[in-house]
Amino acid sequence: MTTASTRLEARDVTLGYEQRVVAEGLTLAVPDGRVTVIVGPNACGKSTLLRALARLLAPSAGTVVLDGGDVRGYRTKEVARRLALLPQAVEVPDGISVLDLVARGRFAHQRMLRQWSRDDATAVRAAMAATGVDELADRGVGELSGGQRQRVLLAMVLAQQSGLLLLDEPTTFLDLAHQYEVLELCRRLNRERGDTIVAVLHDLNQAARYADHLVVMSAGRIVAEGPPAELLDAELVERVFGLPVQVIADPVTGSPLVIPLPGLDAGAGPGAGAAAHAGGAP
Amino acid sequence: MSGATSRSWRAWRSPGDALSWRWRPRALVVALVIAALLVPLGAVVLTTGTLRIELGDVLPALFGQGETADVRVLQLIRAPRLVAGLAVGAALGISGALFQSLSRNPLGSPDIVGFLTGAASGAIVAILVLGAPPLGIAAAAVIGGVVTSALVYVLAFRRGATGGYRLVLVGIGAGALLGALNDLLMTRSAAENAIVAQLWLTGTLNARTWAHALPVLIAVLVLLVPAVALARGLSALELGDDVATQSGMRVEAVRIGTLAVGIGLAALAVAAAGPVSFVALAAPQIVKRLSGGGGPSIVGSALLGSALLVGADVLSTTLPLPVAVPVGLMTGLLGGIYLIWLLGRGRR
Repeated sequence: MTTASTRLEARDVTLGYEQRVVAEGLTLAVPDGRVTVIVGPNACGKSTLLRALARLLAPSAGTVVLDGGDVRGYRTKEVARRLALLPQAVEVPDGISVLDLVARGRFAHQRMLRQWSRDDATAVRAAMAATGVDELADRGVGELSGGQRQRVLLAMVLAQQSGLLLLDEPTTFLDLAHQYEVLELCRRLNRERGDTIVAVLHDLNQAARYADHLVVMSAGRIVAEGPPAELLDAELVERVFGLPVQVIADPVTGSPLVIPLPGLDAGAGPGAGAAAHAGGAP
Repeated sequence: MSGATSRSWRAWRSPGDALSWRWRPRALVVALVIAALLVPLGAVVLTTGTLRIELGDVLPALFGQGETADVRVLQLIRAPRLVAGLAVGAALGISGALFQSLSRNPLGSPDIVGFLTGAASGAIVAILVLGAPPLGIAAAAVIGGVVTSALVYVLAFRRGATGGYRLVLVGIGAGALLGALNDLLMTRSAAENAIVAQLWLTGTLNARTWAHALPVLIAVLVLLVPAVALARGLSALELGDDVATQSGMRVEAVRIGTLAVGIGLAALAVAAAGPVSFVALAAPQIVKRLSGGGGPSIVGSALLGSALLVGADVLSTTLPLPVAVPVGLMTGLLGGIYLIWLLGRGRR
């Protein structure tokens, strides 16, 4: 992971909406070909950072660099061909079919006189196959389950063929099975296609399990980043989330497992960092 | 299942894949049917009236052949009336499709959100205060429409909140205010001027000359191409600003372009025939239902706008009523019923 190459980075950016500053002095290099997960308490600036990386929000100071150039110097379509962002809540038009929605992802590759090239058809077909929604092509998006709908939206941004995907809380509003369905899909896209993925997640255990690179934010700052196993300990989680926890190694996957302690008799185990097994009995 | 085309549209590609277009078979059929409807409607407008002209005599008379009375009536009265009806209807249909798509709300059309009333205010000032000729009225209507819509947008989009409902609410308020202003102007003016203005305010195709018909006709022909181009961006906007931007669309450019084209068409329609209600509201929605969705249909909305307005004109002149009902009253009646249905449907 040392000297990892990066196509997308934020250099000392200050972000905010009008007068309100949300984040200050953020510097983040997104490692290529990895799954990066951003975690942090509500309103710590995770989504704002993602929006800035995707040029949806202009930093009031600092620069976002995409493929070696200031992201503001690119044409809108050029940015879209290099990175794709799936926002948290997407308004889906009434009655649109799966195929038509996925095809919307091709906008940056189309022109008035070139509305549906062979490349468009190929990219849409590949995106639907990669997300396993090709069987649903003619279905209305409105009649799909939450998990299917999210996979269709992922197919839409995949069809953009950017190789760099920013996903804002892709598991919100999904039940447990569908959450893991989407997370597994993200990992598969990364492992099989080499896509770089940046996702904002709420669940620390999911973040620890699926991230190659974990970024912890708090109050508009990045307080820690690195491989989850090296990073996540009880002291960090308590400092960032204000919640006493114990962190153990997941007995199945080996990734860090965060166990919240409120309501339990704290002082049970040795606590910080160690993979000690807390039996629960004092 | 081929993955290359969908249920609702087909793609045509030139050899070598350099050019390609998407088209919707169902939308094409709908457009052709509406276009076919325009032929008999046009024939009725040209043949009926105080002076009955045989269908076979119409075409020669339009080019100056035949009885002098026929030629004069056709060239100076009925042809400009028909052209004004077609062009005003098309302009309102396109404008409605653009604004409804932009505000993502069927009620976001220019007749509901006060743009037509604003254009009417401009025109009324020109008629009552300045005594302007048709071209001056057209210019005043455009100014009135631009000022109104700019104001509504500034008020509605404060703090970057791009809510369709906010636009509709602010627009209805602006429309009510301007309607009161129009009434005030009329009560303060000489009775005979006020009657002329009142008739015009209802929306009428009576006594339309080429000076009324040509500006709006030219506007429709010129602005049709940018409107069709904007429709592509507008269907991308249906997914929200963030998704549209990240997929490569210049949201602000499309928004400003849509405003400019939509206001231009609405204002010139008002200048030619007064603030005819219902057409801009209904034509895009009906076409959308008939065509099975998939973004705003500009050509379909234009054709149906023409058919609705000319159809209402035919109805208002052929119904056995003691007085000639202005076409705007007819569209208003139909529009009221449609609006109640639309609102009731939204309550589900």
